Amino acid sequence: MKHLLLATGALALGLAPLHAQNFDDPEEFAKQQEQLQAESMGPEGQPWVQHIGGDMVETADLGIEGPATVCFSNAGVNNPWRVVGYTNMTEEVENHDSIGEFIHVDAEGSDDKQIADIDDLLAGGDCDVMIVSPNTTAALTPAVERACEAMPVIVFDRGVNTDCPVTFIHPVGGYGFGIQGAEFIVDNVEEGANVLMLRILPGVDVLETRYSAGRRILDEAGMNIVGAEFTDGDNAKTKSIVEDYLMRGDIDAVWMDAGATAVAAIEAFEDSGYDIPVFVGEDQQDFLRKWQDKGLTAIAPTYPTYQWRTAVIAAARVIEGEALPGPEWVLPQPAITQENLDEYVNPAMPPLHYAMCGCEDMANYPEAWGGN
Amino acid sequence: MTDRADPSGARERRRLPQINPVWVLLAALIAAIIFMNPGFVEPTGYMNFLKRAAPLAILAAGQVYVITSGGFDLSVGSLITLVVVGSSMLTNNDPAATYWVVPVMLGIGVGVGAINGLIVCFLRVPSLIATLGMMITLNGLAFLWSGGAPRGYLPDTFRFFGRELIRDVPLVRFIPVSVIVLVVVVGLFAWLMHRTNLGRQVHAIGDNPVAARLAGVAVNRVRITAFVLSGLSGAIAGILLGGFAGVSTDVGTGYELQAITAAVLGGAQLLGGRGSVPAAFGGALALTAIFTLLNFLGLPQPVRQVVQGLILIAAVALAMHRRKQTGT
Amino acid sequence: MSIAEDAAPRKPGFRFERWAPLILLVGAFAIYVGIALGTDQAQYLTFDNLIAILGRSIALGITAIGQTFVILVASIDLSVASLISATAVLASVVMDGSPAMILPAILAALVLGAVVGLTNGLVVSGLKVNPLIATLGMSLIIQGCLSAFVSNFAGEVPAAFQVFAYGEIGPFPLALIFLLALAVLAWAVLRFTKFGSDIYAVGGNEEAARFAGIKTGRIVVLSHVICSVCAAIAGLYLASRLRSGAPWIGADGVYDLESIAVVVIGGTVLAGGRGGVWGTMAGMLIFSLIDSVFNIAGVDSFAKQVLRGIIIVAAVAFYAIRSKRIVA
Repeated sequence: MKHLLLATGALALGLAPLHAQNFDDPEEFAKQQEQLQAESMGPEGQPWVQHIGGDMVETADLGIEGPATVCFSNAGVNNPWRVVGYTNMTEEVENHDSIGEFIHVDAEGSDDKQIADIDDLLAGGDCDVMIVSPNTTAALTPAVERACEAMPVIVFDRGVNTDCPVTFIHPVGGYGFGIQGAEFIVDNVEEGANVLMLRILPGVDVLETRYSAGRRILDEAGMNIVGAEFTDGDNAKTKSIVEDYLMRGDIDAVWMDAGATAVAAIEAFEDSGYDIPVFVGEDQQDFLRKWQDKGLTAIAPTYPTYQWRTAVIAAARVIEGEALPGPEWVLPQPAITQENLDEYVNPAMPPLHYAMCGCEDMANYPEAWGGN
Repeated sequence: MTDRADPSGARERRRLPQINPVWVLLAALIAAIIFMNPGFVEPTGYMNFLKRAAPLAILAAGQVYVITSGGFDLSVGSLITLVVVGSSMLTNNDPAATYWVVPVMLGIGVGVGAINGLIVCFLRVPSLIATLGMMITLNGLAFLWSGGAPRGYLPDTFRFFGRELIRDVPLVRFIPVSVIVLVVVVGLFAWLMHRTNLGRQVHAIGDNPVAARLAGVAVNRVRITAFVLSGLSGAIAGILLGGFAGVSTDVGTGYELQAITAAVLGGAQLLGGRGSVPAAFGGALALTAIFTLLNFLGLPQPVRQVVQGLILIAAVALAMHRRKQTGT
Repeated sequence: MSIAEDAAPRKPGFRFERWAPLILLVGAFAIYVGIALGTDQAQYLTFDNLIAILGRSIALGITAIGQTFVILVASIDLSVASLISATAVLASVVMDGSPAMILPAILAALVLGAVVGLTNGLVVSGLKVNPLIATLGMSLIIQGCLSAFVSNFAGEVPAAFQVFAYGEIGPFPLALIFLLALAVLAWAVLRFTKFGSDIYAVGGNEEAARFAGIKTGRIVVLSHVICSVCAAIAGLYLASRLRSGAPWIGADGVYDLESIAVVVIGGTVLAGGRGGVWGTMAGMLIFSLIDSVFNIAGVDSFAKQVLRGIIIVAAVAFYAIRSKRIVA
């Protein structure tokens, strides 16, 4: 604590300027495009323990004895994606005897609160390993750095601007998501077709990269992008926006940066009496069911919730002193297509359940996820 | 001649406020929309518009009771979320369940309103805080009930109210069911406010609660009724929104402030004593028209917020200015 | 430390309102200790941990001190959350990593705060717009302008400025000492200056204050300026803590509604004229303790919200239930 000032100062000086955030980075785009094609290593059929790229980190010298206490600082469970993920996580904890106690603190979507939460855990949580799912990258960096000084830290979903964590777990990424959807559109409509792009909100890193990648591919293929609108993730607003566009002209394909409002967008076509065009959604059950029922031409890129399982597995390996992929653990990021759609549609699951959860073989499936 | 000129001049001035400026604003906005998008005069155009405005207009009609009685109701947005999530949990994919789920939801709306009213009247918590607490609580309850992932799809029978159209109607070709609900609910609320004793009492306690009590008004009962009507409007709006757009966990976010804004655009006076259901209805339409227009203009979200903020302040400042001028 | 501060006419004997915030705070602390011991987690009772709790809500505390001033004059400020975002972004962009720009950035943030406060105050006292609407409109305008320019973290705070949030003097965080100093200053202003007593007079009864020769408009404007400057300071603190500013940090922290809740839980009356800064500090500590209790007891995130809503209402009812007045 005494050297905190010095340490923070030194680290801050060492960092590149944070404001130069670039959401349209050709190198990162190319890298993720390559990773989508790459063969992933690890047990077949279990993408949550697979990894792309072969670097490993040793953890034997960390000297933690099981059963150990794992603390988890969560950005929030404020949307269905995070709810499914958090359920994956708590269920995965049951699989590991080396994890004695699992302490969860929820920052409810606030950077300030998450920093306070991590400080609380450091001050009195008796944690042996810490898992952090940062609310935002830059803001949480100092707190994660402090945690790193006290114990091994595992970061997943969003990253932090430091390489002090044991590993940073994430699927291929936002560019990959954008690429999968846009390439599907390019393959299924004529050149010059009208494409509507629907976005949740500006400024969120994972969404901005999806958009820039999607836009790049659609532009290069000569598509006519009739609009790129923000829906705030609100069903009613999405439906209204699409209805307004339909009053002004035809739409041949809809690209979305997140699938939560995909069904509302489809309904706008149905209710206005139009055929449903080529659609990019996500792996939520309501969209997959609609796709199956109406025989859509569609694709569902995913940002898999199984990464929440991976974070717990990584913590268990740290406790057990086993090697694990790092300092970056890149998980495969499969898309749901017409070929494998039937594997993922499950009418017993809630409409907002994310199908790419890797949770079907877990003990309390489907009840713990709200299915019957 | 001078004798006659003066009073008529005064009458001129006094007659002005009788046309509520919200209608002028609405007419101007509609004209602008038609100019931007001639398709608006087609039934698809204006019926879609009314359908979209229905939840907000109903909320505003309920909110205006609470505002006129001197309070606020910030809980309606979360109530909408609770109704949508709760309906999906209760119907659990069973189309036949709609017939009892809808009354249950209306009951929840009435119950939430009653609790708000009781807290304000008997625990004497200011309504701003009481309904703020209720807003947080209901949001938590919606999540707690569903575990964050609402279980069922809303069946088509439930979505009938918010989604279906009645086709082959003469003159207009089709009418969305939600527009019929809108007309009935706003009509009832307007009748209750402007043609019954309840409405007079709501105005009286908002104007001066002590005087109203001395005049024999059961202040607590009337205030609770106002909150109940607002809660009921929240539940109806929730049923329409769930019908229009399906299940999601943040449907109601922001509706409480929009409802208050709509009521205020319609000339309702915060802290009580003045408010009109038809004008709040006009306010809700005007607000929706602003959003639609800004959408057509292709203006980004930030500009919309700025315009909304400016109109809000300007409308109230103008109302205060006119009130001062006419001396009422 | 005396918890309640009040300028209502002094009467001899035990005054419940004066001690209520302290009673609530002691109660909250007792629950915290009870839960820590009851769940066998005595490690949460160390000095380090108590300091961590005190430091949890510094941004909220700074904002709430300002909010106390406007609520004391019977106004309210809903624009603080947007203003916090705006000043954090402004400061971070002006500094842009350069230590030489720290002072200009602080000045720019404070000036922005003062201008917003001045505008709020003038709209409320000059145009007679209800403060809720005036500041809600202002909030939309600020947020809109802000989002038009930035959509993510912008600029960078140099290491030297991060001392504000992360520096320590002995075992105490610098920011905590700053908050305490700010509270003492606010208390001194309210207690010992003419301006302070005028605030209570205007909040208690504006008409009477005006007849007593107080320039009520000026007092309201000045209170709003103080409130907005405090929000600007909170924005500077958050920029320092997060190393940068983003357009959502104020809204994400719900600083508008939470600061109002903290002030009211601290015993300041929404109708104005009664209450004080130490109550607000007690309210802030109660909020921090509740958060910590939830964390150590491992309360489910959704149940947390439900409880928080109920606690806010219950805490306010704790005072208000004794009042005979009809509340808004």
